[in-house]
Amino acid sequence: MLLAVPAAVGFAFLLLPLLALLIRAPWRGLGELLSGSAGLTALRLSLECATAATVLSVLFGVPLAWLLARVRLPGIGLLRAVVLLPLVLPPVVGGLALLLALGRNGVFGRFGYSAFGYSLPFTTAGVVVAETFVAMPFLVITVEGAIRSADRELEEAAATLGASRFRTFSRVTLPLIMPSLLAGAVLCWARALGEFGATITFAGNFPGTTQTMPLAVYNALESDPQPAVALSLVLLLVAVVVLAALRDRWLRPGSAL
Amino acid sequence: MHTGAADPDGAAVDGLTFDGTVSRGDFALRVALGVADGEVLAVIGPNGAGKTTLLRTLAGLARLDSGRLRLGASLLDDPAASVFVPAERRPVGLVFQNYRLFPHLSVRDNVAFAGRMRGASRRAARDAADGWLDRLALGALAGRRPAQLSGGQAQRVALARALAADPALLLLDEPLSALDATTRLEVRGELVAHLRDFAGPALLVTHDPLEAMVLADRLLVIEGGRVVQDGTPAEVARRPATQYVARLVGLNLYPGRVRAAAGPTTTVELAGGGELVALAADRHHAAGDRVLVAVPPAALLLHAGRPERLSARNVWPATVTGLELLTDRVRVRVGGTPPALVDITPGALAELALGEGTRVWLSAKATEVTCYPDPAG
Repeated sequence: MLLAVPAAVGFAFLLLPLLALLIRAPWRGLGELLSGSAGLTALRLSLECATAATVLSVLFGVPLAWLLARVRLPGIGLLRAVVLLPLVLPPVVGGLALLLALGRNGVFGRFGYSAFGYSLPFTTAGVVVAETFVAMPFLVITVEGAIRSADRELEEAAATLGASRFRTFSRVTLPLIMPSLLAGAVLCWARALGEFGATITFAGNFPGTTQTMPLAVYNALESDPQPAVALSLVLLLVAVVVLAALRDRWLRPGSAL
Repeated sequence: MHTGAADPDGAAVDGLTFDGTVSRGDFALRVALGVADGEVLAVIGPNGAGKTTLLRTLAGLARLDSGRLRLGASLLDDPAASVFVPAERRPVGLVFQNYRLFPHLSVRDNVAFAGRMRGASRRAARDAADGWLDRLALGALAGRRPAQLSGGQAQRVALARALAADPALLLLDEPLSALDATTRLEVRGELVAHLRDFAGPALLVTHDPLEAMVLADRLLVIEGGRVVQDGTPAEVARRPATQYVARLVGLNLYPGRVRAAAGPTTTVELAGGGELVALAADRHHAAGDRVLVAVPPAALLLHAGRPERLSARNVWPATVTGLELLTDRVRVRVGGTPPALVDITPGALAELALGEGTRVWLSAKATEVTCYPDPAG
């Protein structure tokens, strides 16, 4: 009985803002608000960038996850800490760090700028980079866990049948961890979609090129909250769909992220 | 002990030569063995003896700490010369105890796996796989997934998969242990044929002495990481070197010291207490020799009361401590000096009204009791 009170307060604390969103939503004019050009542009940009960020995360994250799970080197713990850092770092700080690294005068960016006259900040590509930075660790951690717990016995069997480490990975391990990889990719995509701080710091807030949906919501709030609420509903819907897609993994009692 | 077609000086040999040490934590396996082409060696031993370590080292899943492993003309593992051929480059097929079939591939693709790894096209590998499946009468299962197979079917598929890799050495880890009795009988029969057809050396790890006797040309007994006996199944069964082997083949075995050797008979003082009069198996013994005394359970007689005036030289009292029904006889476990296993007919059991705690007398003719030198002493 004593535990029920703080538990109820905690639950209410999490539930009430979502309820308020649903109650105050402009249900009647939703269609028009969303199809307003700013809304649609932001939506399309968000979807494209989140997908691109996920693709990059898979391409680079899966080999990284394999390295962390299977290779025994001194200092691998340090490597993992660096990979996990964006999970804990404030996204704005991440965006700033990206600017310092890849900006026009950045540590690495200035070579690109002087050679090609191109720099990443304030471009759509920059949005993808910022989103990848914050979302890739989710994929790496999920896939690393799956590889770690993958059946070594099957990998040994593959070795006795002549499979090199690479072919063992691609023909045996990868197909077997595919469910975890997909879950990691969905998680990564959702995180990329919702990113605000790193995107606005590194890529700016230009409608059509770098104004993703969270930025559009923030923008709309200053002038007219109604489109903001409408866009928020869409993001809430995405969150619910992600939860539904991963319910077997997350919503079972006792399951950990 | 060093046996088989082995030449430690490295001259060209056929078959498998293994002479080395493998450490795992505080356990060390120190074994020398050889298996000729076409020969089947069964490795038998209690849990923890090192059988699995041996198999893994042969397959390339573990390394030698010292020594040498050679297959035919190829050196596979030689720490002193910094030679180690990893598992994926060894022509070694391993049939695992738990099959380890790839769950995401069909039976056909499982068997075709090695072919694909060697660079064959999908069609070529699958055709070859179909050939192997037909040979093992598994053709109907080609499209199924491992999860849909019974134990016996999975075992055969695992064998087909290993054979399809065209190995030069075949290793089998307790191939029949996970099967029920009837399936075990069937698969064992098939395995005899496949092993006979296999051209290279084959090594089989097993717990089951019957399996070893049926499938193998030679038996190697490993205990505590060392070879304790090496011989044909018949030799091992007739003159087991340790209690473990004796128990396995169902023979009463007693270590002891010769007290007196008079003419054909030898009187042995048993380490566990008591005395037995035996016939020396091959040579005459001198007093003080360490020997093993073997008495087949079927050679012992049970008496309800103390037997008087009989020819048997060995008579002693005992108490029934257990009964076990075998297919055509009852094995009675008796405690005494020494304890023993005695085989009697079920009719005799009933007639003597034996139960746990019943006092009995045992007798054994000296001609049925053999003694031979203790290899450990």
